[in-house]
Amino acid sequence: MRVTAPQMGNLHLMLEDLFRRMGVDYVKPPPSSTRTLELGAKYGPEFACLPLKINIGNFIEALEAGADTLVMAGGHGPCRFGYYGIVEERILRDLGYDFRFMMLEPFSDGAWAFYKTFEALSPGLSIRKLWKILKVSFAKARAFDSLYKRALEIRAYEVNRGDTTRALKEAEAVMAAADTREEIEAAAAESMAVIEAVDQDPGRDVLKVGIVGEFYLLLEPFSNFGLEEMLGHKGVYLERSVWVTDWIAPHRKNIIFGYPHRLIEEKAAPYLDQNVGGEGRETVGTTVIFAERGFDGVIQLLPFGCMPENIATSILPRVQQDHDIPVLTLTFDEQTGRAGMVTRVEAFLDLLKARRGSRLQAV
Amino acid sequence: MRVGIPRSLLYYKYLPFWKTFLVQLGLDVETSPLTNKQILSRGVEVAENELCVPVKAFYGHCMALRDRGVDAIFVPRVVSVEERAYTCPKFLGLPDMIGAVAGDLELPPLLSPRLNQREKPREFKHQLIEFARERFGLGRAAAVAALENARLAQKHYQQGLLSGRKPLDLLPTSRFNVPRRRPPRSQRRRIGLLGHPYNIYDGYLTQNLIARLEEMGAELVLPEMTDHRLLMQAATDVPKQLYWSYEKEIMGAVNIWTEKKMVDGIVYVLAFACGPDSLIQVLIEHRAREHRVPLMSITIDEHSGEAGLVTRIEAFTDMLMRQGRKKRTAA
Ligand code: SF4
Ligand code: SF4
Repeated sequence: MRVTAPQMGNLHLMLEDLFRRMGVDYVKPPPSSTRTLELGAKYGPEFACLPLKINIGNFIEALEAGADTLVMAGGHGPCRFGYYGIVEERILRDLGYDFRFMMLEPFSDGAWAFYKTFEALSPGLSIRKLWKILKVSFAKARAFDSLYKRALEIRAYEVNRGDTTRALKEAEAVMAAADTREEIEAAAAESMAVIEAVDQDPGRDVLKVGIVGEFYLLLEPFSNFGLEEMLGHKGVYLERSVWVTDWIAPHRKNIIFGYPHRLIEEKAAPYLDQNVGGEGRETVGTTVIFAERGFDGVIQLLPFGCMPENIATSILPRVQQDHDIPVLTLTFDEQTGRAGMVTRVEAFLDLLKARRGSRLQAV
Repeated sequence: MRVGIPRSLLYYKYLPFWKTFLVQLGLDVETSPLTNKQILSRGVEVAENELCVPVKAFYGHCMALRDRGVDAIFVPRVVSVEERAYTCPKFLGLPDMIGAVAGDLELPPLLSPRLNQREKPREFKHQLIEFARERFGLGRAAAVAALENARLAQKHYQQGLLSGRKPLDLLPTSRFNVPRRRPPRSQRRRIGLLGHPYNIYDGYLTQNLIARLEEMGAELVLPEMTDHRLLMQAATDVPKQLYWSYEKEIMGAVNIWTEKKMVDGIVYVLAFACGPDSLIQVLIEHRAREHRVPLMSITIDEHSGEAGLVTRIEAFTDMLMRQGRKKRTAA
């Protein structure tokens, strides 16, 4: 059995670790590329949101690379994600591919079904063993997320352009090699030190921007043309509202982002007092949080037609007014070009700088 | 107090219920006009560009009600109408979306009870009683009576639909959807018309589709003509249970129509950028192919032109009519 799952940012590092511990033969799909997207756009439904199309491209490329079992996460709405898998399976079967398909439904659906999905991948795996593996592997995933978060902050201050990205690669390798709990703890400290060692200019006057929006767009640099790295290179300090391990952790304390989910709901409530699926409410709530913390601006990323984000976009103008914070909304689909995005981002940064100037003068 | 109900979105499903309920609360109820050019273009102007066209139209309907000087607009938050399912995310966020522009557009206050029975069946009852008591100071008994009357009105309406009448024959009259000439009964072909009620019955959004199909020889089969319980049962014939109630109705209709050979062809109307439909479209098209039922999908948006639509449905109905003639000569 050769198992694969869709590509999303650094998720493959986490999956590699999890599957190795489970003794599963994991086929890492080739990194998403123009071809991946072309395949997805060709075979995916026209109005489906972008992540689904990239998923389809990933699956096709992984099948070509020898995968025979596809794993996809599930869910129960209200947005589209929970039904992605079913549609993806249908499309791939209609294309004539032969494979085994598995949906991993949330733990809250029932612990037994959850366990059984893993057990099907790794026959004979006991519940206790699975639990232990999940805990260790999750701790490691957390350490990865901490690195990524720190890199977003530090890149704005790096003296030599590209140093942070290079250090991050090195740190990832340190982290990836860790196995036991003790090793993970040691590697977390060591890899963080690698990043902290980047030559920085602490006196640099940086813009602070919060990145909010739809899960996949935020986590997969391919889908947003490497926006975060680009902003970092322009000397913009970034914080992001969405993290894989915050999302997985059932208590939703958002250790990585730093603000618990309950607080986000509270902040969103005057504007959007309802879970609308995806990150709709989170986008509104975290925009308020960034505004209250004095960030210069917020950038919202979403796939074209994303329902929860379209709701948020409809509401954000009021948040902007009330909190006096500029928000740039960037929509992505398979036709989006990098150049247009860069122009809009640059204009936005100019606006933020000008506002800073006038705010300083006012003081 | 005069309350306005936008003639848009869930109006096409629940008007009898809502109207009766609000009247029983002692309110004067008014609806906005049928969707027209002004309503849609105003909606398109103020709504976020990526929203589906029926939601854009909803904004326009709210503005039309403001122009009529109503004291409040009824925009319920319909989160869920049954256990383990939602409506569409956009209905979940609707009061907040309208609320976000209410100040700029000088809309009157919104009446937005939250209706959610995803966790518990029959929660609506308590939520609406609560709404009636809190907002209008109604006594419990009066609120219960209002609900009961509303339920009966809705039931009566649904029975009309079951007997083959279209929502628009039952709701306040319309100049849309009225065919001029139709071919004789013996020559007509059964066409299943699929899609969200607020799309397929809004004659302006669909360019009078119902009348055109009937003029071209369709004997329409509508999802509402099948008992709701049966629709929901049929909807379970999917690899994973759908969690959008209105998509379940659509899926259920396709499943029953194909299974029981109730239609000769299917016309499927979906809004551009409709989230739920963008996915189940794949399952619907697969199902129709498997059962060899011709299916034509029509996407609507605010730019849909009449000419293209007419050519396409003409080609489709012509094909079905030819098939019909062949069958009749063979028999
Ligand atoms: S959050 Fe948006 S983009 Fe993601 S699956 Fe849901 S609708 Fe699609
Ligand atoms: S179901 Fe589709 S058409 Fe209806 S409101 Fe939702 S997105 Fe729009």
